Amino acid sequence: MATIAAPVERRGLLARPVAPRGIWAWVTTVDAKQIGILYGATAFIFFLIGGTEALLMRTQLAVPNANVVGPGTFNALFTMHGTTMIFMVVMPLSAAFFNYIVPLQIGARDVAFPRLNAFSYWVFLSGGLLMHFGFLIQQVPDVGWFAYANLTENAFSQRGVDFWVVGLQVLGVGSLAAGFNFLVTIINLRAPGLTLMRMPLFTWTTFITSILIVLAFPVITIALVELMFDRLFGANFFNTANGGDPILWQHLFWVFGHPEVYILILPAMGIVSEIVPVFSRKPLFGYPFMVYAVASIAFLSFTVWAHHMFTTGLGPIAASFFAASTMLIAVPTGIKIFNWISTVYGGSVRLNTPHLFALGFIAMFTIGGLSGVMHASPPVDTQQQDTYFVVAHFHYVLFGGSVLALFGGIYYWFPKITGRFLGEGLGQLNFWLMMIGFNLTFGPMHFLGVDGMPRRIFTYPAEMGWGLWNLVSTIGAYAIGLSVLVFIANVSKSLRAGERAGSDPWDGRTLEWSISSPPPHYNFATIPVVHGRDAFWLEKYPELEGHAAAAPDERRDRTAAHDAGEAHGHIHVPDPSYWPIATAAGILVAGTGVLFAMPLLPVGLFVVLVGVVGWSMEPVNG
Amino acid sequence: MEHVAALPAQAHVGETSTGLNSRKVLMWAFLGSDCMLFGSLIGTYLVYRGNYPSGPKPSDVFDIPYTSVSAFALLMSSLAMVLALAAIQRGDIRRLKIWLLCVAGLGLVFIGGQVYEFTTFGSEGLNLTTATFGSSFFTLTGFHGTHVTFGIVWLLMLWMLAARGQMTQARSLDVEIAGLYWHFVDIVWIIIFTVVYLIPAI
Amino acid sequence: MSARVPVVEHAEHHPGATEYIRIALVLTVITAAEVAVYYVPSLRPVIMPMLMVLSATKFALVVMFYMHLKFDNRLFSGFFIFGLVCAAFMITAFITLFHLLSAPKAF
Repeated sequence: MATIAAPVERRGLLARPVAPRGIWAWVTTVDAKQIGILYGATAFIFFLIGGTEALLMRTQLAVPNANVVGPGTFNALFTMHGTTMIFMVVMPLSAAFFNYIVPLQIGARDVAFPRLNAFSYWVFLSGGLLMHFGFLIQQVPDVGWFAYANLTENAFSQRGVDFWVVGLQVLGVGSLAAGFNFLVTIINLRAPGLTLMRMPLFTWTTFITSILIVLAFPVITIALVELMFDRLFGANFFNTANGGDPILWQHLFWVFGHPEVYILILPAMGIVSEIVPVFSRKPLFGYPFMVYAVASIAFLSFTVWAHHMFTTGLGPIAASFFAASTMLIAVPTGIKIFNWISTVYGGSVRLNTPHLFALGFIAMFTIGGLSGVMHASPPVDTQQQDTYFVVAHFHYVLFGGSVLALFGGIYYWFPKITGRFLGEGLGQLNFWLMMIGFNLTFGPMHFLGVDGMPRRIFTYPAEMGWGLWNLVSTIGAYAIGLSVLVFIANVSKSLRAGERAGSDPWDGRTLEWSISSPPPHYNFATIPVVHGRDAFWLEKYPELEGHAAAAPDERRDRTAAHDAGEAHGHIHVPDPSYWPIATAAGILVAGTGVLFAMPLLPVGLFVVLVGVVGWSMEPVNG
Repeated sequence: MEHVAALPAQAHVGETSTGLNSRKVLMWAFLGSDCMLFGSLIGTYLVYRGNYPSGPKPSDVFDIPYTSVSAFALLMSSLAMVLALAAIQRGDIRRLKIWLLCVAGLGLVFIGGQVYEFTTFGSEGLNLTTATFGSSFFTLTGFHGTHVTFGIVWLLMLWMLAARGQMTQARSLDVEIAGLYWHFVDIVWIIIFTVVYLIPAI
Repeated sequence: MSARVPVVEHAEHHPGATEYIRIALVLTVITAAEVAVYYVPSLRPVIMPMLMVLSATKFALVVMFYMHLKFDNRLFSGFFIFGLVCAAFMITAFITLFHLLSAPKAF
């Protein structure tokens, strides 16, 4: 459904591509749905890479004194595993859903800035590539995902850190661009009648996540610039020999890092808040409280960062402040858990795969949240700092939380995106394998941590008595690996011969289910008018909600307009563009220049300049 | 053609949920975000304030009258900027062009002053590698200078469009958004001038 | 915001050239005062709060009048002030942690 070529006056350096096919359609696309698929597919490839790194680590740790990988490789593995999973898997997978689902949920035809959206994706891909370029010359980042100074200074580390610094800066640019885009999209592109307090919860969490992204990423950008200046130009930000203070790095990193964990979990919470009401056939319990809970996190998450640093010796006043603010943040989180449970309670519950993942999320996230509150207490945290207990905690919130919810989201929206169901049998197998494997992997880590096993060690002597739980953990990790293979099989089977799903396979509540699966290029033939929360549900069952049954007419109108749209192809959507990928390519070249050959840096920046100028001169259409 | 009858692909072409222009919303969100960028830089500078184990101290290198003049130039460029906006809102393209050049010119005065200042400091033994004062000072003011430079390029592009007759009263929002960016760069300097230059280090 | 609203440019009141110039004069006077404060030795004990008040006034004048936040949609003020508050909190925390509470090394 690309646009009809019209004899509009075209200026600019390059004509906008019109109705490209094949690979060019993907390269030049500015359609949020296609970009969402690109994000999802790329993130899944990174998920396999990060997962393989995890399996290598678990293999090495399965038995005492193992020698599968050496200590240097092990350092590289845990660094890349953490960085990959956070910045190249969970964030872009969430972004995939932002792109595909949010415009549909708010009744929009695209995002506010379609070309900027494409740019975000290509910059994300460039950052991911730059981060992995170190593998080409066997200089892989090996300083941990939070890269504490002053281990990262030239005196104590090798070139691998440069790949981490440059790659993460570029990834940050992509995240910022996406954050701004979704912020403006949700503010400005809502359908008539879709007031803030009628927005679906996933749209709300996207909105708050975007706010967190635009406020948190500048801080890590500056921290990375300072580190880069130290490494490349001999600045002294974290160089103790010249007065630098490594603790400053920790502060800057965690001022970013704590909002970042909410950037990772809020979209997952949004997905769960979509799935649970649909499969319980009840409206979300306590909607306003959910919204306020999510919104209050936007404020609170900027006041808790130093709880990651209790053991640096903050002093009693600061430690008390950050302990109190951290415990406070458990309140809105607790509200959400109770609301989800209350939504399920008394509902006509269907235990399809998406719902299983969502319920799994609630249980696992609660466990992870509870061990998190334990860390809020400085004396307890001092015991647990840098042990496997912490590793267990954040995997319960990030895997048991984010990843389970994201898989639930895939099972839930796959019929909308492809028009086909994922297999229910394989889905259930996928869920139970992942759930059991996950608990086998990370549950024992609590015991190991309390028993004093430090994180980030590549092996341990047999007499420590850690062998049994480590072996269990490794077996669990392979079960997770197996569940991912089941998922891949499910997707490939379903894409070829999956059961056809209609436009509304789950009896959904929100607007994305009111249009065909997969949705037309223009999403909505007629922009819907929203009369209340759960807009599509209201339209389907006005009598249930005590509304006058005016909606069916509107539905007929929409169907008619939809047919008209198909027949005449006159709904105009933004043309594809070369400039987003061209500009992102400039950033990739510039980053490569910093890493390998400085002369490439000005070349890359010149390409960026040409890209920006060409972009701004390109005729903007609809 | 069919475009004439077409529905706008995005409602923001003509209308938005809030009645606010999306690009202007984007610019304000960017400015909120940029507060955190400069906040991190100023925070870093203040962490290392008063810590001068080697190399020149601030009081050894700062030339307050000189910096006051360039700070004043930047402040007055903000006046020129609002006058440029007022001009295009009245449809007075001739004055728009004059004031845009004025803003860019004052911006160049500021950047020229910064280049001279950096060079002088360098000859007095202060550079990026001189202890933490040099690192944090040059990074903070350098980031600000980069922002100013970007603003100058933006304003000159607007001036070129105006000179080619493509700026009309209907496009005053383009000037307003560039203006928001420019004023932000100005208020950041108001903070830097006070925090870095005027308040004496212990 | 129950329905889509057409984007109306300059619906808000913008000050005119006279008001802009008047504010520039005030800004000039404050800048002169700032530099003067710097050179008066007897003001040294109170120089920090004085300079902070003066520059905050300049900051507020530019934001409210030149950037029109006083007249414009409150959403814009919300974005800007939220970013500003987060940044101010971070800077205050850094000063407190690194300069005011810097001595103790244990709980």
